Amino acid sequence: MAYRWTNDLTHDDVTPHGAFLNRRQIMTGAAGLGLSALAGGAQAEQALEPNSWEDVTTYCNFYEFGTGKGDPAANAHQMTTTPWSVKIDGLVDRPGDYDFQEILSEMTLEERIYRFRCVEAWSMVVPWTGFELADLLAMAGVQSNAKYVAFETLYRPDEMPGTAYRVLDWPYREGLRLDEAMHPLTLMATGIFGKDLPNQNGAPLRLVVPWKYGFKSIKSIVRITLTDQEPPTSWNMSNAREYGFYSNVNPEVSHPRWSQATERRIGGGLFAKRQPTEMFNGYGDEVASLYSGMDLAKSF
Amino acid sequence: MRDRLNHSLRRLPTWVIYLLGALPAPWLFYQGLTGGLGVEPIKALEHEYGKLALQLLVLGLAVTPLRKYVGLNLLKFRRALGLLCFFYVCCHLAVWLVLDVQLPGQIWADIVKRPYVTIGMAGFVLLLPLALTSNNRSIRWLGRSWRKLHRAVYAAGLLGALHYVILVKGFQFEPVIYLALIVGLLLLRLPFDRLSAFLRPLRQRA
Repeated sequence: MAYRWTNDLTHDDVTPHGAFLNRRQIMTGAAGLGLSALAGGAQAEQALEPNSWEDVTTYCNFYEFGTGKGDPAANAHQMTTTPWSVKIDGLVDRPGDYDFQEILSEMTLEERIYRFRCVEAWSMVVPWTGFELADLLAMAGVQSNAKYVAFETLYRPDEMPGTAYRVLDWPYREGLRLDEAMHPLTLMATGIFGKDLPNQNGAPLRLVVPWKYGFKSIKSIVRITLTDQEPPTSWNMSNAREYGFYSNVNPEVSHPRWSQATERRIGGGLFAKRQPTEMFNGYGDEVASLYSGMDLAKSF
Repeated sequence: MRDRLNHSLRRLPTWVIYLLGALPAPWLFYQGLTGGLGVEPIKALEHEYGKLALQLLVLGLAVTPLRKYVGLNLLKFRRALGLLCFFYVCCHLAVWLVLDVQLPGQIWADIVKRPYVTIGMAGFVLLLPLALTSNNRSIRWLGRSWRKLHRAVYAAGLLGALHYVILVKGFQFEPVIYLALIVGLLLLRLPFDRLSAFLRPLRQRA
């Protein structure tokens, strides 16, 4: 069922690629003339500075293609994404290999404009196209004893030069609690800016969980498993002290090596100012209730 | 071949090294301003300056082993390499302070709380007296203690490489290469002849 959640960010918060520079020039011009208040409040304008196609597609973490931010854009073209199927197994009524096109034919695509906050303390605003994970899970039929959802990224060494190094224990794995997975904000994205996902952004199908650090939003998914146990997740396996299973955006809980209190919006150039990070990345109204009674400093 | 190289190196004035070595600093800054460093130029510039400092440090540490084992004499340029290394450490630090962290309160918190920052700052503090005494007057004034003082660069090198190794996410190759190079160049300084003389009686006893 699509359209259960509506955006608070609008198309004004996203720059259609190409018009990016023009809009920014107009905005700076307006601010200079003191007209920003007329344009809807100076603070709102500042907080919602949009990201461009270039920002979103050239600054990526997809370690299967290299650890440099530009490596995925340079190398991900090697990945074959057609045909593509997703194995859905574990505690489901209809386990099996689901063809990507077949999935698409069953789903209603909608656009979701979400803030995206990386654990490395940078952020973007991205216009995703996709469907709710809940709808995909309904297709497979979740059994009543399922408590968690585990995800796996494609692992194909001959198309993924970054996997030559054991930066992480491949394949990349992520997981959600079932209630997080079923939340209407949790998206399976198939596109950005109204186009198909570029490979470096996780083509053809990726998870987007906007209130969690970006690494939870696993890319190029080939397997979804429903379990009754908390599944192992890649960054947690690599360094449990630094990366918890939940990894909700939380300005009060530092990464052991850096503060999470502020973030830098990508695209602001050499003199970009830091801005405060919001609890649950600004989605607290929608998701805080999922964690009531939990100590988020312990279950980070 | 080696002699000819040494001969032409002797004729190369050191200001050429200073000039060529310093040029990447404004060039990279310009690249950062104009989009050449990608959509997040702050981290990119910070990393570029940091890596240049490490590269110059490796070059500086290579001077003695190159002379000892290869017969290549770069001694004349060692001060330039050291000062350029310090220059890039300062650029790296300035980008971190002014463009990256921005908040003065946060800076001190980071130095105290984050081991990789603590280690990096310790390296910087160690390099400070070395840069200040990298001139002929200090060498005359300090006499034999100048050489002792400047051995602090060994520790600074290790701290710099360690700073890079523990700053990255996951296990990454590049920082480990710098650490290996620096450790290797330090090992080449061990007095192998004296070491084997020291070990001989131990070995006989065993």
